[in-house]
Amino acid sequence: MKYGWLGIVMTSVFLGSLAPANAQATLKAVQERGVLSCGVSQGLPGFSAPDDTGKWSGLDVDFCRALAAVTLNDPLKVKFVPLSAKDRFTALQSGEIDVLSRNTTWSLSRDTSLGLNFTAVMYYDGQGFMVRKSLKVNSALELNGASVCVQTGTTNEQNLADYFRSNNMKYEVVAFATADETIKAYESGRCDVFTSDVSQLYAERLKLTVPDDHAVLPEIISKEPLGPVVRHGDDQWFDIVKWTLFAMVNAEELNVTQKNVGEMLKSNKPEIARLLGTDGNLGQQLGLTNDWVVRIVKAVGNYGESFDRNVGAGSKLRISRGLNKLWNQGGIQYAPPIR
Amino acid sequence: MATAPRRPPFRPLTRLWRVLSGDTGWKGIAGQLVFAGLLAWLVSDIVINARANLQAQHIASGFGFLAGTAGFSVNQALIRYSEADTYLRVFEVGLLNTLLVSIIGIVFATLIGFAVALGRLSPNWLLARLSGGYVEIIRNLPLLFQLLFWYLAVLAALPNPRQSLSVFGVAFLNNRGFVVPHMEPQQGAGVFVVAILAAIAASLVMMAYARRRLYRHGERLRVWPFALALLIGLPLLGIVLFGVPVSFDVPVLRGFNFTGGTRVTPELVALTIALSTYTAAFIAEIVRGGLLAVPKGQMEAGASLGLSRPAILRLVIIPQAMRLILPPLTNQYLNLTKNSSLAVAIGYPDLFSVFAGTTLSQTGQAVEIIAMTMAVYLAISLVTSALMNAYGWHLDRSQRA
Amino acid sequence: MSGDDTIFVRETLAPARKAPVVTTGIIGFLRTRLFNSPLNIVLTFASAALLWIVLEPTIRFLFVDAVWKGADRTACLADQAGHPVGACWPFIQAKFTQLTYGFYPEDQRWRANLTFALAALLLAPLLVPKIPGKTLNAGLFFIAFPFLAFFLLRGGGLDGFAFYWLAELFGVAWTPSLTRFWLDFSLTTTVVTAAAVWLWGGWLNGRRAGIVTALTFAGIALVIEALQLDRGGLPVVDTRQWGGLLVTLVVSITGIVASMPVGIALALGRTSRIPLLRIFSIAFIEFWRGVPLITVLFFATYMLPLFLPGDFTIDALVRVLVGIALFAGAYNAEVIRGGLLAIPRGQREAANALGLSYWKTTGLIVLPQALRHVIPALVNSFIALFKDTTLVLIVAIFDLLGQLRAAFADPTWATPTTLFTGFAFTGIIYWVGCFAMSRYSLFVERRLNAHRNT
Repeated sequence: MKYGWLGIVMTSVFLGSLAPANAQATLKAVQERGVLSCGVSQGLPGFSAPDDTGKWSGLDVDFCRALAAVTLNDPLKVKFVPLSAKDRFTALQSGEIDVLSRNTTWSLSRDTSLGLNFTAVMYYDGQGFMVRKSLKVNSALELNGASVCVQTGTTNEQNLADYFRSNNMKYEVVAFATADETIKAYESGRCDVFTSDVSQLYAERLKLTVPDDHAVLPEIISKEPLGPVVRHGDDQWFDIVKWTLFAMVNAEELNVTQKNVGEMLKSNKPEIARLLGTDGNLGQQLGLTNDWVVRIVKAVGNYGESFDRNVGAGSKLRISRGLNKLWNQGGIQYAPPIR
Repeated sequence: MATAPRRPPFRPLTRLWRVLSGDTGWKGIAGQLVFAGLLAWLVSDIVINARANLQAQHIASGFGFLAGTAGFSVNQALIRYSEADTYLRVFEVGLLNTLLVSIIGIVFATLIGFAVALGRLSPNWLLARLSGGYVEIIRNLPLLFQLLFWYLAVLAALPNPRQSLSVFGVAFLNNRGFVVPHMEPQQGAGVFVVAILAAIAASLVMMAYARRRLYRHGERLRVWPFALALLIGLPLLGIVLFGVPVSFDVPVLRGFNFTGGTRVTPELVALTIALSTYTAAFIAEIVRGGLLAVPKGQMEAGASLGLSRPAILRLVIIPQAMRLILPPLTNQYLNLTKNSSLAVAIGYPDLFSVFAGTTLSQTGQAVEIIAMTMAVYLAISLVTSALMNAYGWHLDRSQRA
Repeated sequence: MSGDDTIFVRETLAPARKAPVVTTGIIGFLRTRLFNSPLNIVLTFASAALLWIVLEPTIRFLFVDAVWKGADRTACLADQAGHPVGACWPFIQAKFTQLTYGFYPEDQRWRANLTFALAALLLAPLLVPKIPGKTLNAGLFFIAFPFLAFFLLRGGGLDGFAFYWLAELFGVAWTPSLTRFWLDFSLTTTVVTAAAVWLWGGWLNGRRAGIVTALTFAGIALVIEALQLDRGGLPVVDTRQWGGLLVTLVVSITGIVASMPVGIALALGRTSRIPLLRIFSIAFIEFWRGVPLITVLFFATYMLPLFLPGDFTIDALVRVLVGIALFAGAYNAEVIRGGLLAIPRGQREAANALGLSYWKTTGLIVLPQALRHVIPALVNSFIALFKDTTLVLIVAIFDLLGQLRAAFADPTWATPTTLFTGFAFTGIIYWVGCFAMSRYSLFVERRLNAHRNT
């Protein structure tokens, strides 16, 4: 009993060491804190996955590093917060993370009813199907009566239902809470088909024992534009995140790479000068330094380099650029001009 | 000549004061008021914060979401369900799935638990040790662990549909489930059911009559040939007069899966096995404790009457042990029902998985959904406790008489 | 010789009869316990067959066919090894640090090791009945250790002490600094010691309480200096990086430690005569006992942040700990209530006759006896809590089982036997822990009831 009331005195130690988070003025909070808190997935190869030592890599991870480079001048000052599909939005709403870079689909209901803002599109994706090659299926329309594994809490479940209903096909849905469980169930044969965003299909295929035994069907049944998300109410931070992505795309358009950014600084071309900050004060207008794009490119390269390294030809996934090519090369990645 | 003692004066206010203060006087009343005040402040603080936070996050309030379209399908529904149905329908489907797995689990757990308890008390040394080993191993492993093990073991062992194990060519076992022929009721179905019920009722009447004759006059009547004849003959008569009551819809492999027939999903099988074996281990210990609590003299008295060991157990020991076993047994039934919510880990669409899982992530209305789910589980707990208490009261009455 | 027919004297040896049936030794055992009736013979053979069917593949899988060395999945594939492969132990070896620590940074792992060494050091004497000083031991383990473990495992420091937190609560500006911290601390010490002395009855009776309080604060000061909590403490390791056995032990030990005061308070409330307290305790207990633990975890994870003011965040792990503490507290309340009811009413009446107040009776006479009586039941509920920590997987916190499932997804180790190997390994860990606790509970129960077995 004598020790009991001391417990009362000391109980508020917990409360005392929990830091309150600010919803406004995220840039100032990040710079004061000295580290960027970035919400990522729990392990999706190519987008955000830790290796055995806990080091993160991926397309979404590169974006976070670019953001850290512009705000803190150090791409390594990022705290990655792995989030499930269920608590990714609540983490952003509550202020636990500053930006959600977790291959999240931009949809109207998410943009309006959750108090969040989608900034730009990092990756134009769509939902597709993966089947075993041994089933000799060439099109999604041959999947009548199949068992389909899908992850709950994603738009994939509803798109799946809509697709099969509108094509008058029957199916059995087998839904799991995490992507890992879903892919394991697919591999064990519990279901014939695995459905998810096509980029995820390629990524999860790597986790299978014999990846080449499985094929991705050609049908894309939905639009899934993936991009970073921030909270409502902080326009400056919204602009910074958005323009960081646009800067990466513009850098690729103007052929500024990680290797040649030093020489490009000496270039006389007006667009490159504006981009790299040698002309004008566009960086300061955002609230950053004028060499903000230089920082980005030095840290992670331009959009094409990051894509190649993480999900494209230079990675294990080998996804073709497809829709994600630049607008002047047949794709739809189009960033507004930096001027 | 002492007069009878007079009744104490009524004094309602004093009694009210005593009750309200718990005999601690004004300090108790003041303390309770302070406590009530703190509680009210805490609750109002929570409600205000919740309302502010929900508004800031643009999350809707109220139960209107129940009328929204679900948009996703569920792989086991005991009532008709399609993606165009409302969230309320999803709630009903989930609730029925939970009740299904709970009831099946309770039945199997009781059977296995009693069997293991009797095995543990058996004079056969090997059987006793084996049952003891079962209880020790199962009780000391987490339920989620066992559930995942059964699910992955069950799935790994079964073949895919194109190589199903066939049972007499009409039922098939594969890793999508166990497909059995579906019974479609035909014209003669109603009569068939009525015939069976009538036969059962008649048999019960005959058994009651035979017992009365035995107790009153000492005559032993052989009732079982007549009961058997009725149970077989009446329905047969119904079939002959009105036609076969059911037609069978045999499952056929078409494309990826079997069409036709009813399918028991491997999720249901794994969940039932895991829940039953786990709870059976605890029930075995409870039953064993109850059986050991019955005085040893009862066993010896039964033996001296010439009864065999099974007969003694059935007629003497178990009825006496039941009263002791009932409260902890109720507890285990409640635990089983609550543990069925682990279905979310293997994708079985019970109430928690479809409602507090998928619906919650689609609508975002955490407060209403979790409140509804908790209320349902509380209600199930209360109903089960009430039923078991009623049974216990009935036992008390019959034992006292 | 007389012709008397009633007397008979043998003149030749009787033929030797067969030896009686052996009922001792191995043969006797087989005869009486295993094969003494047709039913038993059948049962014995059936049981033996069952045992063989279960044991033989298990032992073959775990030891005979197992692969003990390898670098990746090719070592555990049947066609590579040349024989049907059993357990893939290199998989466990590769994932061992992940299964134990999660993603706790490697250079800081000494902190986790130190915490568990301390826990073992404090818990072991508590479990042995003969070792004296149980109150001090219990106080250190249940109250001091959690805070120490918090600062060791998570890191971070203290900006100030009681007055600083009061200022924060009431919105008074207070810039933290080293001198202010120690000023705050000494002020708190004096105030609390004075309060202790006053509460325990003034200078004469409360002197001891005052000295104990002062010593406790001195201990706290030592710890603060050792861990440099006033200067920012150890580097912060976010709870999202914790995983595996570390999380399992943190959740179960915190659950056990936190549920004890909650349980005692609720049990005392339930048995109190004050109507409001009793009704509130009954409602609280029945509510938490009537809902599944998963629902409680969901409630804690999704609804707790809604109940707090907008700019206040709580760590995901802390939310789960709060939920588990309340849930386990309600269950423990029922157990402790059983113990309270078992104390004869005469104890309270005798204490009353001596003039002790309610709190003194409860604290000095009733609770110590009640708690000692229900230790076996409490250990049983701790076993249940230890098993229930696996449920945090559902709210995306990676305990041992969660980390195992994540390890299954690694393609460098995907073989047909990886699943069973992982399950076998973690199963052994869980089983040993729970079995040890249940044996301890039996031991304590036997000791408590020794007077009945004479």
